[in-house]
Amino acid sequence: MNLKRFLAVFKARNLEFWRDKSSLAWNFIFPVLLVAGFAVVFGNGNKAEFKVGVLQAAASIDATTHPFLQTRYLEFVPYIQTETALKKLQHHQLDLLVDLKAKQYWLNDSSAKGYLAEKLFLQLEPGAVKATVTGRQIRYVDWALPGILGMNMMFSCLFGVGYVLVRYRKNSVLKRLQATPLTALEFISAQVLSRLGIVLFIAGSIYLGCDLLFDFVMLGSYVDLLLVTILGAMAMISLGLLIASRSRSEELTGGLLNMASWPMMILSGVWFSLEGAPKALQWFADILPLTHLVAAARAIMTDGATLSQLTYPLAVMVGMIVVFLSVAAMLFRWQGDGR
Amino acid sequence: MSTVLDVRGLTKKYAELVAVNGISFIVKQGSCFGLLGPNGAGKTTTIEMLEGLVQPDAGEIFYHGKPASRADFQQLGVQFQQTALQDYLTVHETLKLFAAFYPKPADLAELIQLCDLTEILDRDHRKLSGGQRQRLLLALALVNEPQIIFLDEPTTGLDPHARRNFWALIEQVKAQGRTVILTTHYMDEAEQLCDQILIMDKGNIIALDSPEALLAQHFSGALLRLPDQGQDPKLPDDASWSRAGGYLQINSRDIEQTIRLLQAQQFSLEGLFIKSANLDDLFLKLTGHSLSA
Repeated sequence: MNLKRFLAVFKARNLEFWRDKSSLAWNFIFPVLLVAGFAVVFGNGNKAEFKVGVLQAAASIDATTHPFLQTRYLEFVPYIQTETALKKLQHHQLDLLVDLKAKQYWLNDSSAKGYLAEKLFLQLEPGAVKATVTGRQIRYVDWALPGILGMNMMFSCLFGVGYVLVRYRKNSVLKRLQATPLTALEFISAQVLSRLGIVLFIAGSIYLGCDLLFDFVMLGSYVDLLLVTILGAMAMISLGLLIASRSRSEELTGGLLNMASWPMMILSGVWFSLEGAPKALQWFADILPLTHLVAAARAIMTDGATLSQLTYPLAVMVGMIVVFLSVAAMLFRWQGDGR
Repeated sequence: MSTVLDVRGLTKKYAELVAVNGISFIVKQGSCFGLLGPNGAGKTTTIEMLEGLVQPDAGEIFYHGKPASRADFQQLGVQFQQTALQDYLTVHETLKLFAAFYPKPADLAELIQLCDLTEILDRDHRKLSGGQRQRLLLALALVNEPQIIFLDEPTTGLDPHARRNFWALIEQVKAQGRTVILTTHYMDEAEQLCDQILIMDKGNIIALDSPEALLAQHFSGALLRLPDQGQDPKLPDDASWSRAGGYLQINSRDIEQTIRLLQAQQFSLEGLFIKSANLDDLFLKLTGHSLSA
């Protein structure tokens, strides 16, 4: 590995990206529009109903056990574990949590809906013991942000590496480079690190810019989030390299890249959680790198998870990087199509 | 002059197609060696094997008497027939990029001056004219100070003025004692630049010598060409004739005598054309079709 040659290609690739104004603008504008769109569409969409968690041993609510459970326009959700329910309450995913047997209830002090639900509850259980929790509301935009940024990174990683590589191969840029001492390792490393820097910069800028407007919830560590983002981006860049390792057909590669990106866009938890989805679907989502990036980033941002709690997605992403890069290196051809 | 390149039995097949069929030749140091032939003759495949980009199916390549190695290939200067460069880079940035690939690159200032790039240094390479672009590509081919330079159809698509400027540039490179191996399908280019020419057709060598020697060997006197009228001419033994492309082509030492004979044999002289033979005529004579076809 010759550092001078690597840096020359790295610099050239960065210049190429930053000078392509139309592509650059789209990389910034598309995710910002999505985030803003979600904030507008779902920002004021609080339903009139109240969501009340009920601590009980049974997995379903039996309305006959207490008159409060018969109250109309309240949605009752059973919880067996107090810790899980309290976390939901902290993040305003519940308005009130009650333990009807122990005549106790929990309330998030900063929740207006919680205040009203409490008044209703006390009508029927005037002597119930009150406990409070604190915690910011997690809005849909907070929940969706890791997915939207992850999806934007996915497109940038897959198409920014895969498509560009095939274009280089098709128009003989690679052939010209092959006639120099530049090695495939130097060339590919420069492409990977250049793209990694680009996606981190863009995702970071969008996060910081949108944070000024929407004040996102961030319960975990920014360092952990950066590490997770690097691993996720590397896994997707490696996948892009693998897809583009030998073809010189932009049509074929475009099709393969779409085949990789569409399932990720739909099934990686960008828009909705796959909890409760059929096992086969969850298993399929598990082989997609974006699933693990979004899950880990979301856990850090909205649950305050630490790296030790994220060993599974981190290990999967590292594994994907190793496998995708190794196979891509074995398959890589400068000129493609057997030449 | 010592031999810098020795090629023996070089062969390349693509499925059923034999692109290059066991060709052998040598190239002397400091010379300009031309590979001529129509499109599809096997010129580009040949030089891509010599550049180490295409693996031969058979044959051997020796640089300076030793089997070609990766180190030899990296010391070559190459200019492809069609080369795309990384987008959004200026001429200067492109030169610096390629210079960074080599441990001992050429002095860029000298290269810029040699290839007349000073005025376009800050221009995006995609906005260059054909001639400017070829000069940049030549500069890139020279950036590693190669002693052997491969130029694959370097003037295809250039206007006559740009072509002549490019020829002058090649002459300067030759004057520096470097060896130039050039493919072209322009006979005037080969006559102007090449000390030795190899004419290929369908993967085979059909002629190999200096342009002057080949013309002297195959032609004497002048060429007469007239529309084919369907009958065979009866000519003296020192004249030869052939049919190609709807024309009767006669190579004759004594033009006046040949014309008198043709008239006597009731040939119409309408459309008669007389000229000295060139490489295109040689190619026509050897293969029955035109070099630029």
